[in-house]
Amino acid sequence: MTALVEAPLTSIPPQRKKTLPGWALGMIAMAGAIVLLSTTSYLTGVPQLTSSGTIQTAVRLALPILLAGLGGLWAERAGVVNIGLEGMMIMGTWGAAWAGYQWGPWAALIAAAVFGALGGLLHAIATVTFGVNHIVSGVAINLLGAGLTKYLSTLIFFPISHNPRESPAVPKFDTYSAGGLSDWLKTLEDEQRVAISDVAGILRGLITGVSPLTMLAIVFVIGSYLVLWRTRFGLRLRSCGENPAAAESLGVNVYLYKYAAVVMSGALAGVGGAALVLNPGNPGYLEGQTNGRGFIGLAAMIFGNWRPGGLLGGAALFGYADGLQLRSGGKTFLALVYGAVLLLAVIVVWQLIRRRWFAAAAGIVAAGLLYGVYYTVDEVPSELTAYAPHLVTLVVLAVASQRLRMPAADGVVYRRG
Amino acid sequence: MGKVRGNLLPPALAILFSALLCGIALVVSGANPLTAFGAMVSQVGEGTTAVDIVNSTGVYYIAALAVAIGFQMNLFNIGVEGQYRVAAVVAAVFGGSVALPPGIHALAIILVAAVAGALWAAIPAILKVTRGVNEVISTIMMNGLALGLAAYLIRDDVFGELRGNNIRTPEIPSSGWVPGISLGGSGTIFGLVFLAAALGIGYWVMMNRTRFGFELRASGESSTAAAAGGVSAKKMVLVAMLLSGAIAGLVSMPEILGRDHTYNLNFPAGIGFSGIAVALLGRNHPGGIAFGALLWAFLDKSGLALDNVGVSREIVTIMQGAIVLSVVVAYEVVRRYELAAEQRRVGRQLGTVEPVGGAA
Repeated sequence: MTALVEAPLTSIPPQRKKTLPGWALGMIAMAGAIVLLSTTSYLTGVPQLTSSGTIQTAVRLALPILLAGLGGLWAERAGVVNIGLEGMMIMGTWGAAWAGYQWGPWAALIAAAVFGALGGLLHAIATVTFGVNHIVSGVAINLLGAGLTKYLSTLIFFPISHNPRESPAVPKFDTYSAGGLSDWLKTLEDEQRVAISDVAGILRGLITGVSPLTMLAIVFVIGSYLVLWRTRFGLRLRSCGENPAAAESLGVNVYLYKYAAVVMSGALAGVGGAALVLNPGNPGYLEGQTNGRGFIGLAAMIFGNWRPGGLLGGAALFGYADGLQLRSGGKTFLALVYGAVLLLAVIVVWQLIRRRWFAAAAGIVAAGLLYGVYYTVDEVPSELTAYAPHLVTLVVLAVASQRLRMPAADGVVYRRG
Repeated sequence: MGKVRGNLLPPALAILFSALLCGIALVVSGANPLTAFGAMVSQVGEGTTAVDIVNSTGVYYIAALAVAIGFQMNLFNIGVEGQYRVAAVVAAVFGGSVALPPGIHALAIILVAAVAGALWAAIPAILKVTRGVNEVISTIMMNGLALGLAAYLIRDDVFGELRGNNIRTPEIPSSGWVPGISLGGSGTIFGLVFLAAALGIGYWVMMNRTRFGFELRASGESSTAAAAGGVSAKKMVLVAMLLSGAIAGLVSMPEILGRDHTYNLNFPAGIGFSGIAVALLGRNHPGGIAFGALLWAFLDKSGLALDNVGVSREIVTIMQGAIVLSVVVAYEVVRRYELAAEQRRVGRQLGTVEPVGGAA
């Protein structure tokens, strides 16, 4: 549960203390997460928490969230709120299935990106050119995306699959494993030794059965970071999200940048949809498949404070929670509640050291409540576990909303003067 | 005249544009759009369609009113979807587990639904007021949680009971039913459709004839001006959100008290989002919303006829989506055009130089 990456806010000038670079914080957060998980797994006696199978499922489920979140990142960094991610993702799932069953997984990816980008283009036309409220346009695109795919799948998939809600089976990517290393880690994992087996399980989950899509997603995250924060193009794009009038006065074509960002956003969301269709656990397109994942992606992005590293952490957390309950059910999920208590305990100690009594007291109360839940309940009902990401997002927003920093002109309709 | 043009022209254009778009889509997919639209119109006279449309209009109307209250002050209650679902489960469980005299029972259920909806909306409202959390994100998250909570509450080991393949809450005894107007073979109009109408009138009175309504609209027009005029922004957010949630809680009441008498797995989803669309179409005006709700209900129910002429009825959903998007674009274009016209007029009256092209 410690996957919260506090990336440094480079845009806030001096008075801040010098913080560690983002990658170092990421490493610390990851190490902390592993320590927390293995401690929890040891104390609760639930080895599935760090089993390679769980991690593998978690990675698969985190991909769509990560890609949708990246889409949100691009749009919002350029100042366009994209609630329509869900609709673009749905269009992506349809595009992926349509191209995928005919020409294979790579075609699926490209078609999904194109379909998502079309949704993004629509959002850009409405919000940038016509100055429609971003939320309104997003809601409309969600309606439109759902309707369009339903219509198209009855029209095109029904004659083949004989089910208007489903596509024919889509071929998947071959997966790759780091052969010898994976086997060695497996022996380590099976020995069930404290800490070592946990680390081995997590590592094995990460390097076994890796689909090209996973690698591509990682490339996208790093690429987005490099493009948005390390190039001139990215600087200009972000300036459109911070202060479009100033950007315009410096000769940046704000409309063009916003268009580029939102189309890119749609394409990424579409690829996120493809990640659902190409998940080995699914036959192909299924109506209602996205099930709010576009929104979760948005939540992961907010969780990550509008930064790629943080977004990765958010997606990992949500994907992990999802994968855990899917693979091992509510009993195991309860161990996560225990993990949350441990995490809170650490936070309380930290707050006490910093002499922030109120925060510490709130932490103690929350930890007490959660421990009460852990102690009294046998199993988290499966109906509720699926919505853990929503709850975590609400809690994070409630606790940290003052520290999160969104682009200054995010969601503001900009009109060239 | 400008007012009529500004308010009526955009939706008319949007509907025409969307119809044209769907017509093209139909032609491309090899169907005749004229037969399709003809089938939809003639469907109104068939069976219970007309009554279904009226009932559905009432439901959409309530949902859109709930959304519109927030919209009046630029508050986006995307959470109507979750609020009406939670309210429906809570009210159905409450109604099925208490025994009260007829009339009072129904009234109590309606009250419980409103309170449940308001409480569910109170969470994002409080988060916004105390912690500054954006209501769009928090209400979206609350929608997800509402789905989970509803699914949990109707489990057969919690409040629900298993009936064949369906899980539902205990049936509400007949003392809690609200009778409708039976029209024989053409169906029964829900009694609570009149509640929708009453809510519409109440909404109009509140917005135009009360201090609260004035303050609400003032906050929407300019939050800084409202604050300078002594309107507490936090209070307005809280009250508007609670009111919106309470009305959202009533959305499913016509169906539950008039027909289903229980909450089950077939509970309709997506009315909250349709409500957003309808409120946009009607520009938050009670009359406009009524028209929008009617259009939505017509498209929904008449669309069923499309299967008979070999057209997939999902085309209707596309049409609805296209209408929302094009109507907001149309309103914006007209607003900009009128703003420019206004500026030109003022410029002429003041006798200043003719404004340079593109000055708007």
